[in-house]
Amino acid sequence: MKIGVFICHCGENIGRTVDCPRVSKAAEWFPGVVHSVDYKYMCSDPGQNMIKDAIREKGLDAIVVGSCSPHMHEKTFRKAALDAGINPFLCEMANLREHVSWVHDDIEEATQKAIDLTRMAVEKVKRNQPLATIKVPVTKRTLVIGGGIAGIQAALDVANAGYEVVLVEKEPSIGGHMSQLSETFPTLDCSQCILTPRMVEVYQHPKIKLMTYSEVEKVEGFIGNFHVTIRQKARHIDASKCTGCGLCITKCPIRKKAFNSFEEGMAYRPAVYVPFPQAVPNIPVIDETVCTYYKNGKCGVCVKVCGREAIMFDQQDKLVTEEIGAIIMATGYKLYDISKKPDDSFIKGYGEYGYGKYKDVIDGLQFERIASASGPTSGEFKRPSDGKEPKKVVFIQCVGSRDDSKGFSYCSKICCMYTAKHAMLYKHKVHDGEAYVFYMDIRSGGKMYEEFVRRAIEEDGVKYVRGRVSKVYEQNGKYIVKGEDTIAGMPVEIEADMVVLATAMIAQENASTLAQTVGIPYDKYGFFNEAHPKLRPIESTTGGIFLAGACQSPKDIPESVAMASAAAAKTMVLFGSDMLEREPVVARVNELLCGGCFYCRKVCPYSAIEVREIKDRNGVVIKEVAYVNDGLCQGCGTCTATCPSKSVELMGFTNEQIFAQIAAL
Amino acid sequence: MENNLKAGYFPGCSQTGTAREYDLSLRSVAEKLGTELTDVDDWNCCGATSAHVTNHTLANALAMRNIVQAEKQGLTEMVAPCAACYNRLIVSQHETQIHPELKKEIEAILDSKIENPVQVMNIVELFTKIGADKVKQAVVKDLKELNAACYYGCLLLRPSDITHFDDAEQPTSMEELIKLTGAKPVEWNFKVECCGAAHSIARKDIVVDLSKKILDDAVAHGANVMVVACPMCHTNLDMRQKAIKKEYPEHKEIPVLYLTELIGLALGMDEKELGINLHTVKFELKKETA
Amino acid sequence: MTTHTSTHASTIADEIAEKTFQDVSLCYQCGKCSAGCPVRYYMDVAPNKIVRFIQLGFYEEALKSSTPWLCAGCQTCSTRCPQEFDLAKFMDAVRELALEKGVKVKEQDILKFHKAFLHQIENFGRAYEVGLVAEYKLKTMHLFDDVDSAPGMIMKGKLKLLPHVIKGRKAVKDIFIKTAEKKQTKK
Repeated sequence: MKIGVFICHCGENIGRTVDCPRVSKAAEWFPGVVHSVDYKYMCSDPGQNMIKDAIREKGLDAIVVGSCSPHMHEKTFRKAALDAGINPFLCEMANLREHVSWVHDDIEEATQKAIDLTRMAVEKVKRNQPLATIKVPVTKRTLVIGGGIAGIQAALDVANAGYEVVLVEKEPSIGGHMSQLSETFPTLDCSQCILTPRMVEVYQHPKIKLMTYSEVEKVEGFIGNFHVTIRQKARHIDASKCTGCGLCITKCPIRKKAFNSFEEGMAYRPAVYVPFPQAVPNIPVIDETVCTYYKNGKCGVCVKVCGREAIMFDQQDKLVTEEIGAIIMATGYKLYDISKKPDDSFIKGYGEYGYGKYKDVIDGLQFERIASASGPTSGEFKRPSDGKEPKKVVFIQCVGSRDDSKGFSYCSKICCMYTAKHAMLYKHKVHDGEAYVFYMDIRSGGKMYEEFVRRAIEEDGVKYVRGRVSKVYEQNGKYIVKGEDTIAGMPVEIEADMVVLATAMIAQENASTLAQTVGIPYDKYGFFNEAHPKLRPIESTTGGIFLAGACQSPKDIPESVAMASAAAAKTMVLFGSDMLEREPVVARVNELLCGGCFYCRKVCPYSAIEVREIKDRNGVVIKEVAYVNDGLCQGCGTCTATCPSKSVELMGFTNEQIFAQIAAL
Repeated sequence: MENNLKAGYFPGCSQTGTAREYDLSLRSVAEKLGTELTDVDDWNCCGATSAHVTNHTLANALAMRNIVQAEKQGLTEMVAPCAACYNRLIVSQHETQIHPELKKEIEAILDSKIENPVQVMNIVELFTKIGADKVKQAVVKDLKELNAACYYGCLLLRPSDITHFDDAEQPTSMEELIKLTGAKPVEWNFKVECCGAAHSIARKDIVVDLSKKILDDAVAHGANVMVVACPMCHTNLDMRQKAIKKEYPEHKEIPVLYLTELIGLALGMDEKELGINLHTVKFELKKETA
Repeated sequence: MTTHTSTHASTIADEIAEKTFQDVSLCYQCGKCSAGCPVRYYMDVAPNKIVRFIQLGFYEEALKSSTPWLCAGCQTCSTRCPQEFDLAKFMDAVRELALEKGVKVKEQDILKFHKAFLHQIENFGRAYEVGLVAEYKLKTMHLFDDVDSAPGMIMKGKLKLLPHVIKGRKAVKDIFIKTAEKKQTKK
């Protein structure tokens, strides 16, 4: 067997700590190695050509590349091997970057370790078998989880490309947070006006199956072949009969028991309701927790007024299963809530701003509702406590973000812009009003964003004060805001009529639970992790599951929409072929040795082990053996470690290969 | 009375002088509630502000000598009714617990090992330990005529990650306690604002301004009495009202009681017994006609 | 103004870090400390700026300021700091260093008060208020301040005319001697 070794400097990444020429020289002496070189960038075009040429000219049977992690470039080098005519699985990598140069300082020791790792890889590759990729079929249907602007955009893009979409939204209507917004930066166009047509388009699209008031409960299977269980919560309304006339809503006698969450608690809603007038679908929901019927079996006014007999008090939740090829996560965010938290909570509220006890100290979304033409004040600036027009409004940025003590370390990214917009909207309507913004830094990167902030300051006269506010308290109907202008180096005290806290975007409620259900990783804040922060920002690390919008990190509307369209494009890439190629790193059972104990079946986390009957010539079952479903097997190796008779092997990582590696140390 | 509490007592210097009534009222109330207080043997000054602002080793050593004294006495719990002493003791204890090199240094200075088994309590925690039920049962006089502004000041609660006591910004534990006496706590703004503390003598002007702001807010929110748990706060809020009056003739006086005095009143003791007559701003409960 | 490039300069930031167990680079200058400081109006420099001076190596400006001396140690800043930087502890260290480096302290009265206070403890083991006030008055020559309240206080038994001397007086004195020695050896 003729083996070639290729040592990469990775620019200076490896070369700084590892003496690469020495590693390459040492490898020349390994048994079986007939060719060994080092080069600055092995992954570059000339680097790959070096590999290809060597394979052809020296007639190599297998190669070892000593470079970065296989996660980074295994595909690259296998492809090069294939191009030069050898089986791609006869290419092995020794990780000289993540495992050596990035974690060691001493050149001598690092070089020795690099030589050892290379020797191990050589011993392994000698025992590699040519493998063929596995092909599995693709279900060309997409599940979009979350019906905010990101989910809507993703669903429309995929559906318009001609593929079926199932859009699941946990609220009774799609629209998400964007439907709550007044006007949007930096152009100040009305949020509802640009969003509602899209919502209707989703509803009417023949390729989109819309499931509102529903949640994903279980995800099984793998890329191209997911089986998804969705819980359709009981609306207690027969959607097929309801015309959305709204009579039940207007006649419901429960008027002041439940806060309207769409209005951010600044209004009430009846027991039977749609979240907002432009809701899609325009089908109400009955809230069991406040409806009189569920308390004592009485009332039933809605039943009497409904001309279509659509009220169904006894309707139950329904579980629906869907066959899905790709999943787009678009579950969005939630706003940091300033109220007092339990003592054991990771985040703390802002006691110095009153923990939300002051009625006129509101958060960003509450301000949006006050500013919105469809909001509780019909877009007139009236403060919640007494309905008076506030003449002095203070905006406090970075509430819950950039705060290790009470919230999260990260920058919530959109608050600088939404605060500038808030102050601007206020000044546009209350001409004699004063608006102050307390900020730490103004982060306005984005097309026309900085210009927008300058407009607020220069044209609308919003006063920006650089400093965090220490305390807000009420005195004679005014809110005393204690700050410091750190530029002037002077204390600032403002008697405000209303205070708006630019609360941070944080991970959606139960985001981590959903991530576990779906099977994707998430960060310490609960945001979903992308596969690579730069080169694969749309993909999760799980094949076939993509990310869109603020579920990945704080994002504004343009970014969420861009990401949604990108995720849609990614699903189309997946749907571009009928069969999917998968790595052949799967378990294989030696049926002669298998004793049929099925311990492997018990431990397999992917339910990939099946029972296979071995029959004699007469069709009589002689024994049962384990059988691996290639489609489901993820190559984790748990079965091989468990098997008492050592009759399961992981392709590409056989016991022989691993032991040879260890023996080479 | 069964299950009576036994605890160590670190009076602190003020309690032997300007805050004599705090000591007096605490001892009387404790006795009435069947709590046995054992004074820390030959305690010394905790070092107060003056030590930690000029020499942190000295500050820690002075505070820790008291902890070691209590340790040697076999005390496991110890109340430091002065919020400033409480703060110094608990902070030094914490610092020596988490910084081994500091602990070694202090041990060398004190020529004694530090084991740190003594749990330092503030005055509110002492009553929590005694138990709300017990206090409530002992109440013989309803103090419903009192609208009290509970003043925590700074050092009772801070640093919150060391004291682990109540909410750092919107505390309620003193309110809960005085409710047992029938007194009505008022909601007000400056429960945790600083009164100027140790600047009482050297920068009286600052203390006058800060205390005035605190007292005014309490009055504005309907308080007819202030309740404090710190001799420094008491000095600044009570004694300095004379100076405030001089500076601001329109100043509306408000009596300032120690928490122990207020509880003492509810337990049936009279003003004199509790040392309330020693205050600058006079206070007397309405005389009952019945 | 000095700059942060001098090697001599870097030691003060290091000494502060050593005394407070925290690094000044934690502070991102939001000013919340200054915003909530009860004695902010009396200071010559905002508290956050004292940290800034130390961050940039403008040590003289930090050490000579009245701000650390006016800090009442109430810890409002430390409690609210979004970066969990303990500014109160930092101010302790700045004062201590100002004394160690022999910087002229602006707030002489406050320093004299602290010295008088510690003197009482050193001599008696506890703070003896009459002695404290007397000593402070002599040091500052503010002889007639509070003269109106003192007789009343003595009548009330609040100010004792003789100090209480603790048994462990020597032990306390030792603490003073040893901590002072430690500073000497450090220099």
